[in-house]
Amino acid sequence: MSTFILLTITGLGLGAMYFLIASGLSLIYGLMGVLNFAHGAFLTVGAYAAWEASTHVGGGAGTKLLVAALAGLAAGALVAALVELLLIRPLYRRPIEQVLVTVGLALALSALVEAIWGFDARQFPVPAWLIDTTTIFGAHIPNDRFLEIATAALVLVGLTAFLRYTRYGLIIRAGVENRAMVTALGIDVRKAFTLVFALGGLAAALAGVLSGVYFGTIDPSRGTSLLIFAFIVVVIGGFGSIGGTAVAAVVVGLIQQYANYYASSGLGDLAVVLLLAVVLLLKPEGLSPRVAH
Amino acid sequence: MALIAVDDLHVYLGESHVLQGVSFEVPEGGVTALLGRNGVGKTTTLRAMMGLVPRRGSVTLAGEELNRLPTHSIVRRGIGYVPEDRDVFAGLTVDENLRLAERNGNPRYELVYELFPELKTRGGQKAGTLSGGQQQMVAIARALLNDNPVLLVDEPTKGLAPLLVTEVAAALERAAELATVLLVEQNLAVVARVAQQVVVLDGGRVVHTGGAKELLGDPERIRELLGVHGGGH
Repeated sequence: MSTFILLTITGLGLGAMYFLIASGLSLIYGLMGVLNFAHGAFLTVGAYAAWEASTHVGGGAGTKLLVAALAGLAAGALVAALVELLLIRPLYRRPIEQVLVTVGLALALSALVEAIWGFDARQFPVPAWLIDTTTIFGAHIPNDRFLEIATAALVLVGLTAFLRYTRYGLIIRAGVENRAMVTALGIDVRKAFTLVFALGGLAAALAGVLSGVYFGTIDPSRGTSLLIFAFIVVVIGGFGSIGGTAVAAVVVGLIQQYANYYASSGLGDLAVVLLLAVVLLLKPEGLSPRVAH
Repeated sequence: MALIAVDDLHVYLGESHVLQGVSFEVPEGGVTALLGRNGVGKTTTLRAMMGLVPRRGSVTLAGEELNRLPTHSIVRRGIGYVPEDRDVFAGLTVDENLRLAERNGNPRYELVYELFPELKTRGGQKAGTLSGGQQQMVAIARALLNDNPVLLVDEPTKGLAPLLVTEVAAALERAAELATVLLVEQNLAVVARVAQQVVVLDGGRVVHTGGAKELLGDPERIRELLGVHGGGH
């Protein structure tokens, strides 16, 4: 029982990170039709900006982590907004070129990170209370799992409230359905594009910071490896659907953990790919329709 | 003087040269109907005027060139658009569809609810669950919500039951009191009721312009230009 609880909460923690990456990816594709292969690079940039900031501030590990997180989030949002303004915007309605640009950018940003900080993993500042464990029904759960789950839940609630109750949220929800008609109502949808990219970059950077806490280290390939699963989550959840993305992220995180433990170590990734195949066969549009909510 | 002037408008969709130099003028006030057989380029003309398809040529509104402007800027010059397939946002409620269309601090909800009282009672309903007629009301209401001097309305009665056609025609008449309307419409009874001028397209070109009464009173000419019998009004 205690093992099952540990696996479940660890799976939810992993799912939380997948959700943070996949939510931005999903909204960007849903609204703009851009398959953003550079999204993992936003995560890496955010994680390294956070690590760099943590080396320049004093105080305890908690203060370091807070400052690091803020710096990481700012860097992720800024880089994503600049990418949209400078690289994606000139290529609207040219999807092949957009894919090529985002693939190239992912490679270039990873190479840049490696050039500046090297190939080796860096120790991430994690306060002791996050490394400590809390015992639930006999399972010793590392506290960082609760932080990851709570953060993702807050982002889900915040994003849902933003989409539901703000004018920009309304524009994004409408734009996911019919971008041309939004412009035909006199709305400059390009501003929403930049905002969605910045929000996506922010969420990815948050995932980068939390991945540093989860794994205890960061490395230049972190974004790429997590991006693969984020893409799977988005396909399973349905492009443009935040609710569907959240459900899919949890399912993928849990299946990975359960399969790795109960079947065989390493089978978790295969199980996720099998799940993807099943969803594509039975419900090709994903768990949720193409409506941002 | 013409409020809108379309001059030598060309549109290519893939290999197809859909509009081959369309030119016409729309006088200020009233309804000008854009007529023609299926596939002659009526909807494409409206979409080109809105900047929704790549186009060449000139479209001016009160002398100002619109063809270099993006769609949202054209709308902000005061052109409301009701698309052929309604294009309501199915996942948004009726209220949200209307709220999205608001462009200034004085949306004309009183006018909209006076014309379509049903929209008030169905405010919280998802637009995707409305009937075709109700969706058309939402589409027209979005264009009427702002003080647009021009409305481009594409086949508003398409697929509607006769009772709803009457209701939509009444709304068009009311709209024409407030704005200049360029209307694409296949139902000649509706054209006869609301339009003062007609522009007829054929093969991507304008083949006739003139008064609505004159054309609709000449069954032979209607058959020649539109390929239909003119007894519908």
